[in-house]
Amino acid sequence: MGKLKRENLFKTAWFHPSFRIGFLGSFFFIILAIISIFWTPYNIEELNIANRFAPASFNHLLGTDFFGRDMVSMLMKGALTSFIVAVLAVVIGMIIGVPFGLIAASYGGIIDNILSKTNDFLFAFPAIISAIIITAIFGPGAINAMIAIGIFNIAVFARVARGGALSIKMLQFIDAAKLSGMGELKIAFKHILPNIFSLLIVQASVQLSLGILAEAGLSYIGFGTQPPQTSLGLMLKEAQSFFLIHPTLAILPGLTIVLIVIFINIAGDGLRDVLDPRLAKEETLDAAG
Amino acid sequence: MFGSILRRILIFAITIFVASLVIFLLLDILPGDPARFILGINADIEAVAALREQMGLNLPIWERFWHWFFGLLRADLGISVTQNVPVAELIGERLFVSLPLAFFALILAIIIGIPIGIIAAQNRAKFIDSFLMILAQIGIAIPNFWFGMLLVLLFSVKLSLLPTGDFISWNEDFAAALRSLILPSIALALPQAAILARIMRTSLVDISNADFIRTARAKGLTKKQAIWRHGVRNAILPIMTILGLQFAFLIAGTVIVENVFYLPGLGKLIFIAISERDLILVRGAIIILILIVSFIMMLVDIAYQLIDPRLRLRG
Repeated sequence: MGKLKRENLFKTAWFHPSFRIGFLGSFFFIILAIISIFWTPYNIEELNIANRFAPASFNHLLGTDFFGRDMVSMLMKGALTSFIVAVLAVVIGMIIGVPFGLIAASYGGIIDNILSKTNDFLFAFPAIISAIIITAIFGPGAINAMIAIGIFNIAVFARVARGGALSIKMLQFIDAAKLSGMGELKIAFKHILPNIFSLLIVQASVQLSLGILAEAGLSYIGFGTQPPQTSLGLMLKEAQSFFLIHPTLAILPGLTIVLIVIFINIAGDGLRDVLDPRLAKEETLDAAG
Repeated sequence: MFGSILRRILIFAITIFVASLVIFLLLDILPGDPARFILGINADIEAVAALREQMGLNLPIWERFWHWFFGLLRADLGISVTQNVPVAELIGERLFVSLPLAFFALILAIIIGIPIGIIAAQNRAKFIDSFLMILAQIGIAIPNFWFGMLLVLLFSVKLSLLPTGDFISWNEDFAAALRSLILPSIALALPQAAILARIMRTSLVDISNADFIRTARAKGLTKKQAIWRHGVRNAILPIMTILGLQFAFLIAGTVIVENVFYLPGLGKLIFIAISERDLILVRGAIIILILIVSFIMMLVDIAYQLIDPRLRLRG
């Protein structure tokens, strides 16, 4: 696990076909999402009812929706929100979960016991339950969906960090560090953390794709992104009442979600193969349910 | 063994207590006065004060919590502010839709996922393995509710085989109720089946390197026979824990999927309760969700201990 240096990780992974396909695919959607911050083919805040439900044409490559908004522009903006929510949820999960996992593994005993029990409890709860509580308190919104998904991610990263740290702790260089007088915490962050870094990156790719799915589910039932903002899930919610007559309005955002998730997943699988073939057996469950 | 089962039940009880406390406190800090909500904005102050007294809202927070918690133990969750009906009754009605839906989905996921995993493992690294795993990869990436929309489009609109929604209650027409759960349970089951197939395949592939499989091969069984006769039984155990987690996620999933099919499940109830700020109802619905999920996790852990002889001996 620790054999690969961080800088070489990307280069080595690049030669793995599924990583390359997945990375290029996700990169394509990420670039489209980033471009949408500065530019979209049409302004999605301008409604053009006269031109609603327009079919695909040279002017509107994927047609327009029920407000006459350009679908390509909508998908770009929607993907941006979905990515932001999922990425920040991963960041929340890592920043809080990883230290928890490291502390549990370093100190062991009752601290480990309490942290792990709490964690098992959080882990059993799909993002939707925390989303319901958060929505009841603060009202719906993209940020609240992000926090709900983040809470689930905390449990996941704490578990992965703890497991990884426990296996590294057995190694001799940790004993050496202890003999040199380093404290448990210092060892955890200075020696163990760098060695479980790759493990965490692989898990981040899994949580990223689960986050995109969870955001979609939460926005679809009205607990996530709210208009006038848009996200891929919200587009599906808005398409709900029209999709029997205009199926493309629902098919396009859904297909975008599926493609993004597949690309992230195969990139993650490739990365996992490169880092450690033994890890290939780890599987994760759906966060949104 | 009884000791560890007892310990597991105790953990369940503590979990529910802590969860109730957290939910009660979180929802209690919310602004808004239920008494004023019931009487309307124009009600006079004395009437509101009288109702507050009657509803016990003036009691200290700890007393209100104990009152609610002991009510929960007696299946009494209070009375909905907006609908004026006992919360337990409202939730119970909805569970008759959500629980069967999650259960059917779990069965479907097992029926589809496990055999696919076994077939893929038996044909490891052959075309059929890659093909099935690509299918699983796609299955995992499809949002269940979107798959539901596609199913509605195909089966209800294009082929007009199954209803698009509008649940008829079980008492009224059992067959019709069952029929309206078919598409939603397929939609819910798909991603879980894909996950199960992948886990089943990887744990079988892992096991196929084990000594007892090598022994079985040495006795003359083919790889397929060895995996079928000796591998599957050993791979089922880890699958069981996963199934418990999956059922929890399926329950949560119904909250989303029922929207596609306009089913009157828990999700709709919660959504309306939140938008009308009926916090007594929201609180009840959340704790019931948590209760179901924790209960299933406990059952799985106990079942695991009963089945696995290694754990049984340890006691």
